[in-house]
Amino acid sequence: MYKYVLKRLLMMIPVLLGVTFLVYFILALSPGDPVRMILGEQASEESVQMLREELGLNDPIPVRYVRYLGGLLQGDLGTSYKNQLPVAPQVLERFPNTLILAMSGMLVALLVGTPLGILSAKKQYTLLDNATTVLGLVGVAMPTFWLGLLLVLLFSLHLGWFPSSGMGEGIGPLLKSLVLPAATLGTSCTASVMRMTRSSMLEVLRQDYIDTARAKGLKEGYITLHHMLKNALVPIVTVAGLQFGMLLGGSALTETIFSWPGLGRFMVDSIKSKDMPMVLGSAVFLAVVYSVVNLLVDILYAYIDPRIKSQYKK
Amino acid sequence: MEKQLAVKDLRVRYETADGVVEALNGVSLSLEKGKSLGLVGETGAGKTTLAKSIMRLIHTPPGNILAGEILFEGQNLLALPIEKMREVRGNEISMVFQDPMTALNPVMPVGQQIAEVIAVHEKVSKVEAMEKAGEMLEMVGLEARRAGEYPHQFSGGMKQRVVIAIALACNPKLLIADEPTTALDVTIQAQVLDMMLNLRKQLGTSLLLITHDLGVVAQNCDEVAIIYAGEIVEHGELREIFHDFRHPYTEGLFGSIPSLTQKADRLNPIKGLMPDPSDLPAGCKFHPRCKYAKAVCGNAIPGTYDVGGGHTVQCHRYGSKEYESEG
Amino acid sequence: MRKRKVQQLEAMAAAGGRSLWQEALRRFRRNRMAMISAGFLVLLVVFAAATIIIDAVTGNAIYDAKVISQDLTHRLQPPSKDHILGLDEFGRDIALRIWWGARYSVFMGASSVLAAIVMGSILGAIAGYYGGVVDNVIMRFMDIMLSLPYILLAIAIVAALGPGLINVLIAISISYVPEFARVVRASVLSMRDQEFVEAARAVGASDRKVIFSQIFPNTMAPLIVQATMAVAGAISSIAALSFLGLGIQPPLPEWGAMLSNARTYIRDAWHITVFPGLMILLTILSLNIMGDGLRDALDPKLKN
Repeated sequence: MYKYVLKRLLMMIPVLLGVTFLVYFILALSPGDPVRMILGEQASEESVQMLREELGLNDPIPVRYVRYLGGLLQGDLGTSYKNQLPVAPQVLERFPNTLILAMSGMLVALLVGTPLGILSAKKQYTLLDNATTVLGLVGVAMPTFWLGLLLVLLFSLHLGWFPSSGMGEGIGPLLKSLVLPAATLGTSCTASVMRMTRSSMLEVLRQDYIDTARAKGLKEGYITLHHMLKNALVPIVTVAGLQFGMLLGGSALTETIFSWPGLGRFMVDSIKSKDMPMVLGSAVFLAVVYSVVNLLVDILYAYIDPRIKSQYKK
Repeated sequence: MEKQLAVKDLRVRYETADGVVEALNGVSLSLEKGKSLGLVGETGAGKTTLAKSIMRLIHTPPGNILAGEILFEGQNLLALPIEKMREVRGNEISMVFQDPMTALNPVMPVGQQIAEVIAVHEKVSKVEAMEKAGEMLEMVGLEARRAGEYPHQFSGGMKQRVVIAIALACNPKLLIADEPTTALDVTIQAQVLDMMLNLRKQLGTSLLLITHDLGVVAQNCDEVAIIYAGEIVEHGELREIFHDFRHPYTEGLFGSIPSLTQKADRLNPIKGLMPDPSDLPAGCKFHPRCKYAKAVCGNAIPGTYDVGGGHTVQCHRYGSKEYESEG
Repeated sequence: MRKRKVQQLEAMAAAGGRSLWQEALRRFRRNRMAMISAGFLVLLVVFAAATIIIDAVTGNAIYDAKVISQDLTHRLQPPSKDHILGLDEFGRDIALRIWWGARYSVFMGASSVLAAIVMGSILGAIAGYYGGVVDNVIMRFMDIMLSLPYILLAIAIVAALGPGLINVLIAISISYVPEFARVVRASVLSMRDQEFVEAARAVGASDRKVIFSQIFPNTMAPLIVQATMAVAGAISSIAALSFLGLGIQPPLPEWGAMLSNARTYIRDAWHITVFPGLMILLTILSLNIMGDGLRDALDPKLKN
């Protein structure tokens, strides 16, 4: 198992390099001169040139990327154009808030989506199945930001149950302020997990080994959990992993709606103020986190399905 | 002798969007305690449906048990509440499935798959169940230390040994084996079969052996039932059936295997194909392929006639007045 | 003699191909939900196209007078007989703005995916057909793009290019390229060694001819399904980017941009939030249902 994890870790290195390069490359291409932004339009050509040299902006992009990477390895993500402070601490400060939000969304998805998917598969073609299928379709199609606005309209403005923005201090207020953003972020994820659980369970339901399990005289609930769900889990985990990435990415929208002090909103604000090092730092950080999540999912596969592990032994 | 199993007039059909499949059309058969019965028939004749009906493993929908009784030691299994049926499954009646490749859960260690059935039927701790699972592995000729391995680490023959270990773990009174060796290499078939039969004798288990191979039946069974298109067409003692078969279909079956004692240039396979179970012919299901068929065969379903010594045949030739009068 | 045989074969192949699509169409028609969705989408396209024609004919008269120009005296008026969906924060008719805004979702969604299909198909076909190093280089790069969440990739590209209609289009098509490259490559791989392709190669057809005449038509089915789903995703992304203020900018009546404004006035009026979002939902829902229907119709094996 350690060997497998090590192998996956090694395989992640080129992916991380590629992802960081891609993000760096895209953002380095951006038009507009950062130096002019810092110094203002009235600055003399001479001082502009000096700062360009100082910031290393005259070097070709690959050289700049290698330099950036060197900094990245030491935890240095550059300096903000806007407030002249190092980017890394500012990113790290906001990331936990995003993580809390994304994990709550995921939790909602797993706690609601998986049981509904199982039930729906086991009671195929019943009213319950039809109802969850419709809910699943709507949930997947629902635009996150609109759902967020609707929830605010209903639950904070109309009913006044939950706050419409901000992040509460202390456990109680925090949880209260988390409900609407987590529901917003988690809905499409819940729907995806539910749909995948259903189709994956339907697949497993017809397998011979389920008949074997029944022929042993095992209870239906035990069979569902130990024989069906465990076999259906790989595609479910895949979707959950993918969705976690969507949650991190989608956090930009949810955080904007609920004024949640996370990395997504921070990135969007930085884009609007054209603070490229901040955008770059946030994007690179999110990309790296996403890659790590993918790695964890891959490792999880091996735990769930022994056949995958033995494939890697070869 | 006491009847272990008696199936009476069992009717099962599958209803799908593409049509209704009449899988079993009034099957009756019985098996005495400690004996073995070979159920022989072609693919699609309803053998597996019969086995699954006894275990109550027919999926509904699309399957439906329309009528009939399945008496196990006098108790109608079809009338049992599901909790009681669970106590029967794996404990009193076990089943060995056709394809060992798909019959085992791929993500559960084989030892646990054996231990499960022990744990559910016997009052033992988890550790004891695992120990007993190890013993069962040894009993079927595998090493107990492999209990922690997964099905994909075993060959086909070894997997079938595991399936047999699961089936015999609780010392059942009746074992249903649905083509237990069909999916295996020819060289492994005899090994697995011998092992299963030895264990059966040791434990005194009754056996319902489903197969399409008359050779397997000849070696292992006391009685034979021939099934065709969801009906038992002939039933009797092994010697009776092999030396004095009466039904034209049975005749055809024996005509299509080579004989050691008679010289033949060609085998005589039965003409035609088994009818589509979603579109069965009227009257005797076999009449379109039967060389003895007369008009009555296409009109009336034949009765079951005793031709002596408990040997029964479902055919107009053995007692139908209309058949005789047609000339 | 030989020529006749070839003609026969061609006729058979043509008939086979036709009946496959006819069969799929028949199955699709039986799917009521999918047919309703398709109907809704056709209407949407017709209505969107109508506004473009109306604008061209009237020289933007209605657009300027009703869709863009503000009337602050009647702002935030709730739905009424004259304005069934009410008026927005600048006193503009929301129904009319939703109608005029359909073009962004419909045509930008479709064209960004179309561009992604073209780029992705070329890359995927090359990768799958040639294999080896070419395949490795292309697909590893695609993998890297796929290892970023869509919306993050799109946000990064828009951040680099700046907001605006064309830039959003570029950002979204690029973020969908890897997906199509993979689908096409997989189809090509499964197709490459099949007999009819080998036969075409054996009679001396060029690589390009083989790709376009033999392989491409056979990858159509998965591509169509994928494309339908992607259009739904693209529409959602366009609206999301505009909502964040990174996409299409007000006063253009894009649905996401309308919601972005609505958010400011959420305490004052519900109707400006509800209706534009409902249109986004219905559009995406229809596309997803139609996509599911197409998948079931084109590949019945996949249906559970």
